[in-house]
Amino acid sequence: MNTISDTLKAKSVLISDGAWGTFLAAKGLRAGECPELWNVDRPDDVLDVARSYVEAGADMIMTNSFGGSRFKLEHFGLAARAAELNEAAAAISRRAAGPDRHVLASIGPTGKILMTGEVSEKALYEAFGEQAAALEKGGADACVVETMAAIDEACLAIRAARDRTDLDVLCTFTFNALPDGSYRTMMGVSPSETVSAALDAGAAIVGTNCGQGPAGMVGIVREMRAAAGPDVPIIVQPNAGLPKLEDGKNVFPETPEGMAKYVPDLIDAGANILGGCCGTGPDHIRAIAAAARNATGLSL
Amino acid sequence: MSEDLLKQIADCIQRGKVNAASPYPPDMKGEDGADELTRKALDDGVPPNDILEKALMIGMGNVGHLFSENKVFVPDLLMAAKAMSAAMAHLEPFFSSGEAKHRGVFVIGTVQGDLHDIGKNLVCMVMEGGGWKVIDLGVDVSPEKFVEAVKKNPGCVVGLSALLTTTMVNMEKTVTMLREADPAIRVIVGGAPLTQEFADKIGADAYSPDPQGALDFLAQSA
Repeated sequence: MNTISDTLKAKSVLISDGAWGTFLAAKGLRAGECPELWNVDRPDDVLDVARSYVEAGADMIMTNSFGGSRFKLEHFGLAARAAELNEAAAAISRRAAGPDRHVLASIGPTGKILMTGEVSEKALYEAFGEQAAALEKGGADACVVETMAAIDEACLAIRAARDRTDLDVLCTFTFNALPDGSYRTMMGVSPSETVSAALDAGAAIVGTNCGQGPAGMVGIVREMRAAAGPDVPIIVQPNAGLPKLEDGKNVFPETPEGMAKYVPDLIDAGANILGGCCGTGPDHIRAIAAAARNATGLSL
Repeated sequence: MSEDLLKQIADCIQRGKVNAASPYPPDMKGEDGADELTRKALDDGVPPNDILEKALMIGMGNVGHLFSENKVFVPDLLMAAKAMSAAMAHLEPFFSSGEAKHRGVFVIGTVQGDLHDIGKNLVCMVMEGGGWKVIDLGVDVSPEKFVEAVKKNPGCVVGLSALLTTTMVNMEKTVTMLREADPAIRVIVGGAPLTQEFADKIGADAYSPDPQGALDFLAQSA
């Protein structure tokens, strides 16, 4: 099938999906349970998440594999099943996506910090390579190295995916707003630094996800667009704001309409792929897709 | 004399200069680091408690505040903590003998269901650098385990960490059970998705968006 970049040439804006973690939690995934194990133990529930995003109008469906590296699975004693769980994740999303939509496989951080010496570059590279290969085998056509904070870890993941697979590789980082109005990841890197590092490592598309809500994403996308030049597609997947506790449950403040309001500004800042992260659901994606249609005047 | 040496140790910790062999930071290459200078101070007869209060706590405090102000980031804090640990290793025997004294005992863990430890570990480093004895219960810590640790360490302060929106709700139960076990217990909460509003709602004594805030809260409320 076409790469996401090729699809983008035909349609100026594409829609990605929303949250998986909060969605699975609503379906009964308990805190402390391994989400990726559901790909094998409760595949119908995972398929249901994927399908609801297809129905909401997403052009690309992600996978339930954010914590699918062997370093994360190790916490649950499941490191040896990394390939199996990732392959199953991609197969479920491909079933929902069909042949025409993209399956954008999720590769999240390992939780290890290279500079502390707790893990070697080789071990991280191997783990990411194993995960990416399994996701491709399961039917993904692209992967997103996502929610990254450290450039060294992200670049190892990009290289591993490029070396081991034919997947289209995307990369997103998560930023916080500083009091001076600039943005940095937890490890202190700026949006423009992440763009040049990710492109150097071989990413085809760069962007930002998670974070503090849609408002701050406009400035981040603008900085990324300036660093990436005019031709590199940019993906943006904000949280539905920061959660608030109501009656013992977390409620994300941004409504679908509230998030959709930011779509014209995000497109104007340079975003090409729009979706959501924590706290967003099919209704958010539906509203974002509608707003993107209005903003671009195209039928997406 | 000893004042200069203490200042030098504090600088090494703030800049993350571990020892002479360490290439980091590049402008201090070849110079003695926190490791060698702490040994030298002890050999010179500087009281261990002075080294703790006038060097380690100052150096870690400086980097902790810079971190709160977003002027330095996680890598800087990690290097500073590494230098602090190298100095602390020389002081360990004096804590056992009573010549150096901790500010108190800080029990910390990531709450039940949550396996993230980067934030918690940073808090451990800053608290240790602030002179606290840190008892790290690890990740996925049940309320019962926290209560047990509090019973074993009367008068301790508790820190709760969570990264996930799905696990931060478990903090409420932990705070409630800790209060039942010890009404006077002080509980500090932190983690990316948390807010002051959330901390107030679950009855925590303090919320801090960064490690230094926990230390500052305890200094003010001591």
